[in-house]
Amino acid sequence: MSSNPNESAGPVTMMQAPLYLQYRFTAGTSSLSFLHAIKRGRLIGRRCPGCESVYIPCRGSCARCGVATCDNIELTDEGVIDKFTVVHIPIPNNPIKPPFVVAHIRLNGADNAFHHLIGEVDNDKVKLGMKVKAVWRPESEWDYGLDNIRYFKPLGGEHD
Amino acid sequence: MTDTLNELPPLTQDFELGFTYTRSLGPVLSRFLTGLRDGQVLAARTRAGTLLVPPPEFEPVSGASIKELEPVAAEGTVLSWCWVSQPSSSAPLNKPFAWVLVRFEGCDGAMLHALAADAKEQVHTGMRVRVRWAPERVGNVKDIACFEVHKQ
Repeated sequence: MSSNPNESAGPVTMMQAPLYLQYRFTAGTSSLSFLHAIKRGRLIGRRCPGCESVYIPCRGSCARCGVATCDNIELTDEGVIDKFTVVHIPIPNNPIKPPFVVAHIRLNGADNAFHHLIGEVDNDKVKLGMKVKAVWRPESEWDYGLDNIRYFKPLGGEHD
Repeated sequence: MTDTLNELPPLTQDFELGFTYTRSLGPVLSRFLTGLRDGQVLAARTRAGTLLVPPPEFEPVSGASIKELEPVAAEGTVLSWCWVSQPSSSAPLNKPFAWVLVRFEGCDGAMLHALAADAKEQVHTGMRVRVRWAPERVGNVKDIACFEVHKQ
């Protein structure tokens, strides 16, 4: 038994139980095409040979058909908002201050979607189906990731 | 695109995925961890009269809520063990040690924790061990720094 200066403190009611997973990701064949392309400011999807669905970011196999995707397809940086949410809760260590909009964006010609930020529009003006275009970081900052795109902004004419 | 895989160098990157959980303890674990902070091991008293460390929130057999906790001696017996010759960075001890299942004196059940030992030849099932308290305690299972050999 030992004494403790905290002994007179109140009951313990909460416990911090952080969990950290450290891992190393190695890009597979399809991710490799996508990542090397976006380093150069280009957007590459992969097409399923069965149903012809185009996936971006690339998938090594088609979720519908279960077969390996094959052809690389270059897409533009324009698409539509499939769904979105307004984030009000601050995330620890995230420099973006809420409220901000995170959207599921489907590029023109693609059959899946990815998450990205929406900018240059009031949060309450964002709509499903809104046409958007990528706003890129300066080329000197490009790396192997989708955050080479700073955010997507509405294409003209879709918002007031 | 005309890229072929032969032309693309491989890409790897290290990631850390973190969950900064804080959990509420509930009435039983709150008392158990408050006890550890204060240098005391508390056991759950079941309706059948047995004592359990660590205390469950409900009785294993009947499912009844645990109401009573009472202090027990901070020592016990090793039921099972496993020697760790190369501790990972998150291990409770930074030199080789044993994971042990400890049955506290007079109790049922067992607690998983680390046992400090100089060599695995010192560790055996049925050996007596006691709690080594952490120098600073905050109300966490790590308030038990580890178990140590209890020579009587």
